[in-house]
Amino acid sequence: MEKILLLAFTETDGTLGKPGLEVLSAALKIREGLAGAELVVGLVGAKVGPAAGQIVGCSPSRILGVEGEHFSQSRYGTDAAAAEAICKAAEATIILAAGTARANRVLSGVAHRLQGNADTHVCGVDVADGALKVTRWYYRQRMQAVLQRSSRPWVIICDPSSFAPWTGSSRDDAFEAVAVPVPDSMRTTVTGTQAPASGAQTIRPDTEVLFVAGAGWTKSQADGKVKVNEAEPLILGFLDLTKASLGGSKSMVDLAGEGQQVLSFMTHLNQIGQTGATPRHPKGLATCCHGEEPHAVGWRFINERRAINKDPNCGWAQGKADVLYVEDAFAVMARVNELLKESK
Amino acid sequence: MSGGYHIVVCGGIVPDPLQTLEPAVGPTGPALRNEMMLPAVLDPWAGHALFEAANLAKSQPGSKVWWVSMGPKAKLQQLMMSMGQKVPFELVALDGSASGFTESAEVAAALAEAISSIPDLDQSRLLLIGGWESASRGAGSTLQIVGERLGIVDQFQGVDEVSVQEDGSLKLLERVEGGKHQISVCTAPPIVVGWATGKLPEPPNNPQIGMMNMRTVMPALQRAKAVQVGTGSLNFVSVRLPEQRRSTRIVKDATVEEIAQEIVEWIKD
Repeated sequence: MEKILLLAFTETDGTLGKPGLEVLSAALKIREGLAGAELVVGLVGAKVGPAAGQIVGCSPSRILGVEGEHFSQSRYGTDAAAAEAICKAAEATIILAAGTARANRVLSGVAHRLQGNADTHVCGVDVADGALKVTRWYYRQRMQAVLQRSSRPWVIICDPSSFAPWTGSSRDDAFEAVAVPVPDSMRTTVTGTQAPASGAQTIRPDTEVLFVAGAGWTKSQADGKVKVNEAEPLILGFLDLTKASLGGSKSMVDLAGEGQQVLSFMTHLNQIGQTGATPRHPKGLATCCHGEEPHAVGWRFINERRAINKDPNCGWAQGKADVLYVEDAFAVMARVNELLKESK
Repeated sequence: MSGGYHIVVCGGIVPDPLQTLEPAVGPTGPALRNEMMLPAVLDPWAGHALFEAANLAKSQPGSKVWWVSMGPKAKLQQLMMSMGQKVPFELVALDGSASGFTESAEVAAALAEAISSIPDLDQSRLLLIGGWESASRGAGSTLQIVGERLGIVDQFQGVDEVSVQEDGSLKLLERVEGGKHQISVCTAPPIVVGWATGKLPEPPNNPQIGMMNMRTVMPALQRAKAVQVGTGSLNFVSVRLPEQRRSTRIVKDATVEEIAQEIVEWIKD
């Protein structure tokens, strides 16, 4: 009989964030599919009570918690110790977690401590004939594999936005506290976070639309002039009006590293594709992007895709976008912004 | 740091990203069609790790960089022809599979054993560095497990910057959600650093560095230990290329106004 553990790190207010609720949906699907399976929830954070109450409606057999000031920080030493203690207390055979930066940092190491194995970036789970199968990508989203594992414990770390978040009733509920030994002095201290130097908040993982800017924005236009100064307000204006997230092609962000005239707010953090992120958004609008596979993998997980490009045969859009508008992106985006402003 | 750092970079090879990749069935599990024929490059994020490691070593007198790499010996040799001219390092080579379908825990075990066997490596000065994910398996697991095997519990992933503070502590910037960096300070080595992009461009070839490296690269390749890594407890039910082809509606003759209207309606829908 499988013992499923949903392992989650709580937000600063003690609640479970959207990625955690998404993985709870996956855990419930597995519990339903595997006869006799049991679900335990394990929570780690400065405080975990609110999260325990939030998910009690999914009827877990136990809710385990590690809380305290030491666990407010996203730090390998304390996070790994807490996760290990919860996994052992739950006697879990299948451990599910959301692939946040915090969980991704520690859970493969925790799997090793448990003498188990980890699979990360899982984007699908399925149970057929009493066996659990997971789906993940290889070679930077270029081929998809369905996997099973014969050994336990099996740590499964799911990419955010791969499942619909669980919704259910909540009420105040208690949890079983799990003791975790913490050394008197930790060598690592988390001192805070910082936004990109550009100051513009352009990466919004939970937003509806991804706007992809390609290197074409920085190239000579029809009149022979480079118009980066015009491109910047157009793109930032669109991001501001729609609250879209900004992605950049590799050539675009590489230009920044090479000291060429580029969009001032574009950094490597915005890069999507082979050596960048592959974000998940319901809609994506690509502008001035060029290139065949593998460059186009950056929008592999965008459901509805549209592109603006002057080349009707461009491999970025042909066969990969639902709609390709063959037109000047400067002109189109200027009018799009005007229409968006008018409709506000 | 007094005496400098002992920096071990773990970095493997991957097929050139511009190549067409197709899955095939190999003798021990999934593989890439014509895998041995595909040109190989240094894994991109491991490349950033190597360049950042060399830069750090240069700024900290007494530091030394070892590059631990596992792959088919012939491909490693091919890679060294280009990468050997970029930055100074001592190669520790393992002759084994570079496939993304192998079990990361098995790869980590082989790498940890190789690192433990490096003569005169001082763990109290150790910075264990690599890419935060590979462009093959893309799991972000291997380096963590190597760190665990070496008993290192100060680990950082998705790092874009490491700086040495006046008091000798290390300040690290790690990528977190929302395009932000988490700032951490670690008092001293040993640490594990999984690099993201960092800030340095690829260094130009320097023949003098190439000649210096080749004194140790060729002997390292000759004595590269053969390592068997497989798929462990993994059972691949299927491996396939995604269905990529969409029926693209090409809008050629519409006005800017019509296109803008359509886009706005679509966004608001």
